[in-house]
Amino acid sequence: MLRTTGVPTEQELDAVFPSKERLEKGPVVVVECFETIPCNPCYTACHSGGIRAFKNIIDLPTVDYEECNGCTLCISSCPGLAIMVIDYRYHKDYVKMTIPFEFSPLPKPEDWVMGLNRNGKEVKRVQVLSVKNTKHLDKTPMISIAVPKGQFKEIRNIRVGDL
Amino acid sequence: MIRRDILVIGGGPSGLCAAIAAAKSGATVLLVERSKYLGGQLVKQTHMFFGSEKQYASKRGIDIGKTLAEEVTSHENIKILTDTTALGIYEDGVVTLEQRKNQEEIYIKVRPKSIIVGTGALEKSLPFPNNDLPGIYGAGAVQTLMNEYLVKPGNRVLMVGAGNIGLIISYQLLQAGVEVAGIIDASSNIGGYLVHASKIRRSGVPILTGYTIVKAEGENHLEKATIAKVDQNWKPIPGTEKEMDVDVICISVGLTPSSAFFWQGGCDMEYVRELGGYVPKRNKYLQTTVENIYVAGDSAGIEEASSAMVEGSIAGLAASHDLGLVYEAYDQEMEELLQELQALRGGEKGGHVRKGYEKAGL
Repeated sequence: MLRTTGVPTEQELDAVFPSKERLEKGPVVVVECFETIPCNPCYTACHSGGIRAFKNIIDLPTVDYEECNGCTLCISSCPGLAIMVIDYRYHKDYVKMTIPFEFSPLPKPEDWVMGLNRNGKEVKRVQVLSVKNTKHLDKTPMISIAVPKGQFKEIRNIRVGDL
Repeated sequence: MIRRDILVIGGGPSGLCAAIAAAKSGATVLLVERSKYLGGQLVKQTHMFFGSEKQYASKRGIDIGKTLAEEVTSHENIKILTDTTALGIYEDGVVTLEQRKNQEEIYIKVRPKSIIVGTGALEKSLPFPNNDLPGIYGAGAVQTLMNEYLVKPGNRVLMVGAGNIGLIISYQLLQAGVEVAGIIDASSNIGGYLVHASKIRRSGVPILTGYTIVKAEGENHLEKATIAKVDQNWKPIPGTEKEMDVDVICISVGLTPSSAFFWQGGCDMEYVRELGGYVPKRNKYLQTTVENIYVAGDSAGIEEASSAMVEGSIAGLAASHDLGLVYEAYDQEMEELLQELQALRGGEKGGHVRKGYEKAGL
């Protein structure tokens, strides 16, 4: 599926999502990188040891869930925009999902935007919690959105405007 | 007559790195670039690069181009001629150039001791009815219009080709506010990096593998494209046609190495499908069968800009070394570069390229 449509399957996603137990402990990274390509900035950006060292530049990234503190440093360093951070403890009904977003206009905090799935289909309106666009992020801003706990595995993108 | 140790033809990623490496190891360099700016295709590449920190991973191509151009410009051993086209290599070792200056064309002769050719690649096209209608572009033209001239190529695009270039340009079209109606590829799989495919897909752009373009239609400009499923022999299957209302078709079906200088220079050439066409045979230091002609970047075989940069550095160091110039760090730096190149060609995606380089190797 991924190879023909660009959309990962349930099983592929399950393999890169942290366990329920880990999610409940606090913010953590989800790296949707399924193909061995020569690339390692996620590891070089990581200060906490959460992305394990690469033996070879073509290795897939692997996450040490004990060490990852969900700091978000790796998100904007990924050339494939394949990384997000989920804070499951953010609210009893919502997770805080932080995703890279390279389109303009950027949303503003408290704006409502359309949550899209990995097919680009509309899932649900979601509210923006914060927008970071510092020089260090080098034109890959990070948007945090509040996503209902039932849909955090489904939503992976947003559309700004015309809801 | 200009006399220099090394002439570098092409100011793209490979040529810039070749000039830097040759100059720092003691050679005097003349760098010739056809366009007004240094950077080659990097000047249009607004996306972040893959690779490792050494090849500027997670930096944007456009910024990498600027960094390399600044380094080249500030180096006292490097003389730069922009707006200058290399015309030919002659039997006596003279290379002729045409420089455009103040609306005049100046004819220049150079006698370098060695030549590094980093002339990049040419786009392939596709034959289909009405493929000359206005609105049908090569991917390079779309990227030039959009990212260099800040002009939208149209409003609704059909992208033909799901390799990295097709995927990246589709993403850049979306960023420019242009609708991408779909990406098709005759192959049964997406050829480009899956992370690129996924990020476009989650913006709602369909990727249709196993589809080809059948025809284009329109009165004075493109109005409609017809696509169809292909069978195992890549022939359209009757009855599977779909019509799409688009005003742009962007053809992104691969590149072929720009090899004219190697033919002229008398290098042994080999047709290597995996590298995109005819390429010069070369050793691991990128020296061709003509001992003072070296090759680097896409003109050596179609690959990524990260490997083009490493190849440029290898060719630059080697050319300078072979002239007998002493550079103390040569052994160590060369070893590191050769390892970097091997690492970049690792993995599933690198298999194709590895096979190609075996065929082209001496």
